This record gives sequence, structure tokens and C-alpha cells, in this order.
Amino acid sequence: METFLQLVVNGLGKGAVYALLALGFVIIFKATEVINFAHGSLVLFGGYLVVVTRESLGWVGASLVGIAGAGLLAVVIERLLLSRSKLADPHSLALLTIGVDVIVVEELVRRLGVGIPFLGEAWDAKPIQVGGITLFRTHLVAMLVAAVLITAFYLAFKFSNWGVAMRAQAENREAAALMGIRSRGVTMTAWLVAGMLAGVAVLFLATQDFSGAGLSRGTHAIALAAFPAAILGGLDSTVGAVVGGLVVGLVEALSAQYISFDFSKSAVFLVMLLVLVIRPSGLFGTREITRV
Amino acid sequence: MSELATRATVTSASAKAPAKPVRWLRLAAWLALLALLLVLPLYLGAEWLKAGQWMMTGAVGSIGLTMLVGQAGQLSLAHAFFLLMGGTTYTVLASGTEDGRVIGFELNPLFSMVSAIVVTALLGLAFAPVSGRLRGIYLGVASLSLVFIGLYFGQSADRLTGGTSTGRTPAPFELFGITFDNSGGLVVLGVPFRQAEKMWYLYLALTVIAFVLARGAVNSRVGRSWRAVRDHEASAAAMGVSVARAKAGAFAVSSAYAGLAGVMTVLWFDILKPDENEFGTYGINVSIAYLAMVIIGGLGSIGGALVGALIVFGLPQVLSLYSTQLGIFTGSGEGAFTPILVSTFVYGAAIILVVLFEPGGLAAIGRRITGGLHRERKKEGTSR
Repeated sequence: METFLQLVVNGLGKGAVYALLALGFVIIFKATEVINFAHGSLVLFGGYLVVVTRESLGWVGASLVGIAGAGLLAVVIERLLLSRSKLADPHSLALLTIGVDVIVVEELVRRLGVGIPFLGEAWDAKPIQVGGITLFRTHLVAMLVAAVLITAFYLAFKFSNWGVAMRAQAENREAAALMGIRSRGVTMTAWLVAGMLAGVAVLFLATQDFSGAGLSRGTHAIALAAFPAAILGGLDSTVGAVVGGLVVGLVEALSAQYISFDFSKSAVFLVMLLVLVIRPSGLFGTREITRV
Repeated sequence: MSELATRATVTSASAKAPAKPVRWLRLAAWLALLALLLVLPLYLGAEWLKAGQWMMTGAVGSIGLTMLVGQAGQLSLAHAFFLLMGGTTYTVLASGTEDGRVIGFELNPLFSMVSAIVVTALLGLAFAPVSGRLRGIYLGVASLSLVFIGLYFGQSADRLTGGTSTGRTPAPFELFGITFDNSGGLVVLGVPFRQAEKMWYLYLALTVIAFVLARGAVNSRVGRSWRAVRDHEASAAAMGVSVARAKAGAFAVSSAYAGLAGVMTVLWFDILKPDENEFGTYGINVSIAYLAMVIIGGLGSIGGALVGALIVFGLPQVLSLYSTQLGIFTGSGEGAFTPILVSTFVYGAAIILVVLFEPGGLAAIGRRITGGLHRERKKEGTSR
């Protein structure tokens, strides 16, 4: 029972980080209907900036730079590439982001070289014992940060002008534009927010508590697990992103313990397949309706 | 994607029978290319032939994927999984047991190769419950799960795959008593054939068969049903196309091609070695590389897939061959620009440029160069 509780706590801690990443996918998808395959490279870029600047700025300053940098890169990708191809449909733009991802990741991995630095200095590998359960600080901080950020996003999405504009655009792009909503601004902020969430997530991803490994190509691979999170929750549902993230975290932790560590990566994807076969648009996603 | 694919193949759909002289010219061009490929081994060194074999491996795989993605409109990132399955099936059937460490049946290599194709086709069919229900990006990410399943298979089924640390050696391909490996020399009409030449002709034959069959499929009733489903599922169904069958069929055909490419991969490496992590011979990066070939070539274009393979799989080979000759990109270790890195940059950029400026891919550029006639017809076709 204790092991099980421990696993659930670990799973939720990891799940919180996946939720941050999945939320990034969902925000971009809602605003533009594009799946951002370059999300992993945003994660890596944020982490890389932290590594480069923390000597001079200290951990806090470097982390802020990393978060801002990831957001900025997302905006640059959107402004420089995606917004330029007015003709292309969302699906081809998704393919375009694959091209971006390949380039950014290869270059960052080349720059990082063989060193795989850990990022979570403030909390890394300092567990707290509560009863028989070990609480990893990374997981605790991640849960806290995710809860705050996701709540803030949810409130902004529901009540702020930006949220209204965003929801209008998600509903019907043309109609929203006709009503005087600047699609450009909405799209840009969506990418900015998603990128910054990726920048926050990497601070937890490249730690000893989360993956046992530092910032490397592997970090990009871990970020890939947020794909199933976003998809199984439903790509256009913010609630789905959170639930999906937690499900992925739990499935990973439980299957690694009870089946095998090697299997845990496939387990996440298998659960996603199962959900998709039953509900093709995810747990909370809107169903696509075909009219003839 | 469907829009992109529609534009890419509008010519093959609407101008199926171009004016006679153009058709003959095109046939003559293909035959000239084939003749060139047939005589090349007499002039090229073994390392260049090896590079060529690798490009042909890519060509077979990308022809399969372009039919699925471009013609049938199903995005798939699972190609690497089917490569692994094809390579494993061939190796298990054709190779020996190697002291009982692994399972092997020592069957006829041709039979093993055909079995590998059949097995991967069946695996593709088995994915039908998923591929039939999902569309677009959802299917793309769902198919990604197969790559992770393949990764786990490679790690855990080491009696079949040889395991991630050592792998296992596939039996060389044999046909008509000719062994396609290093042992012994073959002399035809006074010309000695070494291993690289024999393998070149084997790979060329496989590529040509794959190419011709794919062209046939695309231009036939089957191809039309794929395009109908891609463009509008509901209207395809209304016109009497069985949507589920067309989708499952396209996935099976594409997987079969990937299976053959997988056999060619293990024969080329002369080892079957499953990946330790998700980036390797059968990893996500390979799935993306195959998708890159298809996008760069122009979604749905069989000829474009060949050019895509030339760029994505050929460039690293050619760069590394040149680098030893010219002394560029020779750096290794930390921060070095390796040939693989450089060509990754190139194909990443090529994907971006193609989506931004020429959604029809290189195939569309080729079409523009070869025929004003075609363009006229295309205009006619779209205005109608």
C-alpha cells in the first residue's frame, strides 16, 4: 500500500509537469488549430538558456531568462514562419513545425555536447520524508507551480478580454475577425504563453528527481510524452490537458513499478491508443462532425 | 495536409493521360535513368555503391509512405516500427540459431523476404481499428505509439532481435544460387562482380519493382479510391467506396513497403540491432526522416519520393564520402558539424521551405520545368 501511495504521489508530481506541456499544445491548437511538433525544441531551448546564463545571473535570473526565451522563440517561429504561409492549412503547418523542431534540437544538442547539466538547483534531489512516503521536492514544487499557473490561465481564459478573444477565435476564426478581434494578437500571445509554459516545464524535466538525467536529447524525448497527454485529454480542452497530464504521469509511474521500466514509455502510448479507439477526439475533446 | 496533397497530385488525377509525345518522352526519360543506374556500378567505387544502396532503401520506404500520406491522406509516424518488424522477420526466418542464443529457422532467403513483407502488411492491417477511426494529426500521434512499442519489442524480445547490446547477423540474401555478400566473386561476360555491385543490382531490382507496382496502384481503381477517401470521406462513401477498406488497404500497402525497406536496412548494415533509446535506426528520428522525404518530394508523388530519398538519405552519405576526400566536416566529438548533422539541417530547412513556398514539393517544381503543357492542363482542371 505504501509503495502504491508513493507511486501515486510520484505520478502526480510528474503528471503536473506533463500537464504544463500539454496545456501548451492545447493553447496553440485552440488559437490556430496547429499541432506544434516543435514544442520539444522550445523545452530544450529554455533549458539551454538557463545553462548558458546561470553563471552570470544566478539560478533565479537564469530561469527567468529561460522561460522568457522559450516564449520568445515560440513567437518568433509563429511570426517568422507560420504566419507567412497564409495558404497552407493547419495540417501542413504542423508538418512545418517538424522541420523547425529537427533543426533547433540538432543545433542545441550539438551545443550542449556531452555535458548533461541538471537544472533544478533550488530543489533538486532533496527529498522530504512524510510517514513512509518520500516526497521529492521537484514533484512538490512542480505540483504547486502547475496548480498556480493552470488556475491563472483558466481564470484569464474565462474572464479576461484576452480569454474572450481567444475563445471567440477558437470557436470561429472568420467571425471573430469580423467582430473586431485581432487574430494576430491572439495567435501571438497563445504561442508566447505556450512557449513560456514549456520554459517552466524544463526546469522540472531536467532534474534528478524527474528523470535522473540532465538536459540532453533525452529531455526532448520526455517532452514527447506530453503528446499523448494532450491527445488523450482532447486537443481542444484545457481541462483535458490537465487530466491527460496526470493520467500520463500516473500510468508511467505505475507501469514502471508493476510491469517494467522499459515498458513504461510504451504503456503511456498504449493507454492513449485505447482512449482514442473508444473516443477518437480524446476524453474531453469536441467531436468532429462531418456534414455532407 | 489534404489540401497540400490535393494540390500535389492534381495533375495525376485530372490529367491522367497527357498528350502522347509527352508520355513517350517521360517513358524514355525513365528508361534512360534505369540504363544509367544499370551501368553505374561499372564506374563507381564500392563506397559510392554502398551509399547508393542506402538511398534505394530510403526510396522503397518513402514510396510506401507517400502512398499512405499523400494519396490516402493518412499521416503516419509509424514507419520506423514497420522497418524493425520487417528486418526482424527476415532475420528470424533466414538466419540460424547462433548457439541457441536466438531463434532462427534458416529458411530460404527469398521466402523470408516475402514473409517479412506479408507480416508487416498484416501488422499494418491490424492497426486498422485505430487508423480507420482517426484522422490527421490524431492518427499521426497515435501511430507514433507503434514506434515506442517497437522500442520495447526490440529491448525485451531479444530471442528474436538479438537484444540491444549485441544484435544479431541476418543471413545474406541468396537468389538463383548467387549470394549477395562478400564470399566469392561472380563473373558475367568477363566483368568481375564484387559484393557492392551484386547488392546494388539486388537493391535496384527491388526499387524498380516497388516503383512500378506503386505507380500501378496509384493509377488504378485502388489509387482513385484512396484519393476519394482523402478528399472527402463522406462523399467517397456515397460514391460506393468502402472507406474502411480503402484506409486499411493503404496502411497495409505502406507497411509492406516499410517491411521491405526494413529487410534492405538489416542487409545493408549486415546486422539487426534494435535501438536502446527512441533515437536510432528504428526510432522517431527515422520516422521523421521518412516523412521528410515524402514532404520534400511532394506529398503523394512517387517520383518525388525518390528525390526525397536522394536528399534525406543520400546527403549524409555523399557528405561523409566527400568529407574524407576534401577534409570538410571531418570534425568529431563535441560541437562538431558532422555530415549527419549538416544533412539534418538541410532536410529540416527543406521541409520548412516546401511548406512555405511550394506545397507540391520537388515533384511540382519538376513538373513546372518539364512541361508547360502540364500546367495548362492543371489550370483547366482546377477551373472546371
